[in-house]
Amino acid sequence: MSTTDTGGGPPDTSETIWERAHESTEFRELRSRLRRFVFPMTAVFLVWYLLYVLLADYAHGFMSTKVFGNINVGLIFGLLQFVSTFVITGLYVRYANRKLDPVAEKIREDIEGDSAKEQA
Amino acid sequence: MTNIAAGVEGSNPLLNIGIFALFVVITLVIVFRASRNTKTASDYYAAGRAFTGPQNGIAISGDYLSAASFLGIAGAIAINGYDGFLYSIGFLVAWLVALLLVAELLRNTGKFTMGDVLAFRMKQRPVRAAAATSTLAVSFFYLLAQMAGAGGLVALLLGVESGFAQAVVIAVVGIIMIAYVLIGGMKGTTWVQIIKAALLIVGALAITLWVLGKYNFNFSSLLQAAVDKAGKAGETLLGPGKQYGATGTSKLDFFSLGIALVLGTAGLPHVLMRFYTVPTARDARRSVVWAIGLIGLFYLFTLVLGYGAGALVGPDAIKKAPGGVNSAAPLLALELGGPVLLGLISAIAFATILAVVAGLTITASASFAHDVYANVVKRGKTSPDSEVKVARITAVVIGIVAIGGGILANGQNVAFLVALAFAVAASANLPTILYSLFWKRFNTQGALWSIYGGLAITVVLIVFSPAVSGKSTSMIKGADFAWFPLSNPGIVSIPAAFILGWLGTVLSKEHDEKKYAEMEVRSLTGAGAEKAVVH
Repeated sequence: MSTTDTGGGPPDTSETIWERAHESTEFRELRSRLRRFVFPMTAVFLVWYLLYVLLADYAHGFMSTKVFGNINVGLIFGLLQFVSTFVITGLYVRYANRKLDPVAEKIREDIEGDSAKEQA
Repeated sequence: MTNIAAGVEGSNPLLNIGIFALFVVITLVIVFRASRNTKTASDYYAAGRAFTGPQNGIAISGDYLSAASFLGIAGAIAINGYDGFLYSIGFLVAWLVALLLVAELLRNTGKFTMGDVLAFRMKQRPVRAAAATSTLAVSFFYLLAQMAGAGGLVALLLGVESGFAQAVVIAVVGIIMIAYVLIGGMKGTTWVQIIKAALLIVGALAITLWVLGKYNFNFSSLLQAAVDKAGKAGETLLGPGKQYGATGTSKLDFFSLGIALVLGTAGLPHVLMRFYTVPTARDARRSVVWAIGLIGLFYLFTLVLGYGAGALVGPDAIKKAPGGVNSAAPLLALELGGPVLLGLISAIAFATILAVVAGLTITASASFAHDVYANVVKRGKTSPDSEVKVARITAVVIGIVAIGGGILANGQNVAFLVALAFAVAASANLPTILYSLFWKRFNTQGALWSIYGGLAITVVLIVFSPAVSGKSTSMIKGADFAWFPLSNPGIVSIPAAFILGWLGTVLSKEHDEKKYAEMEVRSLTGAGAEKAVVH
C-alpha cells in the first residue's frame, strides 16, 4: 500500500464512478441541502459574534447597564453567545440526521456497491 | 507568568508532587495497556479510528482546555473581570466553524493529517510540504508556550526556586510526554486526554458549586463580593473595557484577537487530527457536539472560578502571589479546601500541560512522517512501518526541542505565543481548508499562496509588533523595532491569506476537474473513507 493511495480500487474505473455520482441528481440535492444550511448559519453566528465583540469593545456604557442585581447587559449578551452556540449545534445535528445522513448513506452504498461490482 | 521563587504559602510541595506522580503512574499503566494493539500506521496516528464520538469529544476538550484556558482565563476574570470572559466566548463560538464547515468533510476526505485533505486534488509534494510547514509552525509555537508555562507553574505550585531545578522539572515533563507518545501512539495519548479532561471538568465543577454555595447560589451576590473585595475600582470588573478599553489601538487589537480566536480553532492541526480517530463522519459530528457541550460548560465554570477567586482571595493577593494572574485558580482552591484541594488542582494543571503537549507532539510528528518523509521525500514509495518509525523518531526530536525551548523561554512573557499559534492557524490553515473543501476552481498555486502567505504575514507582523519589542511587557526588553501597532495580527493576516489564495488560484490555469468531483463526493458522503480497524 502506498501512502498517497486514497483507496477505492483501480483509478480508471473508480474515477468514472466518482464522476457519475457527482453528476447524479441525488448528489446535487445533498450538496445543495448541506450548503443551504451551513452557509447561512455560518453567516448568522459570525455576524452575531462580531456584533457582540464590537459592542463589548466600543459600547462599554451600554454593556455595563444593569438589568437586575449585578447582572448587566454585557453578561447577558455573553451568556446568550453560549445559548446560541448550543442551539445552533442542536439545530445542525437535527438537520444532518434528518436531511443529510439518509441521502449521503444511499449515495455511499450505491458507490461502494458499484465499485465492488466493477472490480469483480 | 513569572519565575518568582517560593511557592504559594500553605502549599505542600510533597503532597502536590505525590498527587501528580499518582496521575502519571495511572496514565502510564493505561498507555501501556493501550499500546498492545498499536501495530499499524492507522493505529499509531489515528488510534485505529476506533474511538466513539463521545470519547473523542471528551479527548478534544482535553486537548483544547490547555493550562492557558484553565489558569489563564480564571486569572484574567479575577483581575480584569469581564474582559477575561470575552476570551472564553471566542474560544467556544469557534467550534461552530469546526462543526458546520470542517469536521465531517475533513474526516471523510483525509487519512491522518491536514495535508491529506489539502493535497487531495493538488500537486502532492508542494502542497504537502506547505501543509507540514504550517502544521509544524503552529505546533511549535503552541508547544513552546505550554512548556514555558510549565516552568512558571512549577515555581508557583512546588516552590522550586532555582532556575536549574525548574529546568529539571521541565525536562521531566518533556520526558514523560515523550514516553506517552512513543509507547501509546494516538490511542495512549487520547486516553491521557480523556482522563485529564474528566479530572479537569469534575474539579472545576466541584469548586464552582463550592463557591456558589458560599453565596447561596446567587451569582449576583458573588459579583457583589468580587466588587467589594477589589476596592475602589471594583465596579469596573463587571463591564467590558478594563483590559482592552484604554485606547483606540487597544480596542482594535481586541477586535483582531476576537477574529483570530473564532477562526483559529478549526485550523489547529492537533484539533483537526483528532477527527481521524473516529470511524465515521457521524462520529466526528458527535465528537464536536460533545466537545462544544463540555467546553461551554467548562467556560461557565471559569466565570464562577474567576469571580470567586476575585471575591475570596482578592485581586491584590493574586497579583502579589508567585505566578501572578495564573495563580488565581490554585489560590482559590487553597482558600476553599486547604492544601489537599490545592494539591489536586495543581496536579490537574500539570496533567493538563502534559496531555496538551503530548497531543501537539503526536500531531507534529505525524505531519512530518506522513507528509514530508513519506510523500515529499519518498514520493509515496515507503511502507507504513518505516513511516511510523520516522514518526517515533520525530516525536523524540520534537520532545527534545520542546524541552530546550521551554527551558530557554522559562520566565518569558509567552502569552503571545498562543495568540501567534491561533493567528497562524486562522491565516495559513483555515482559508486553505475552506477553499479546498468548497471552491471548485481552487488549485495548487492558490493553496501555496494562502499557506505560505498567511504564515509569513502573521510571523512578520508579530515580530514587528509591540508583543516582541518596544514596550515594558514585550519579550525583548530595551529594544524597539516595532512598526505594526497591534499585538494580534489577525485583522490583517486573515483577509490577506484569503485574498492570496484567491489570487494565486485565478493566476494559474491548473485545475483537476476529475479529482474535484471525487473529493466532493467523498467529503459529502464518506464513500471510500478509511474504516475503523478491528482488533
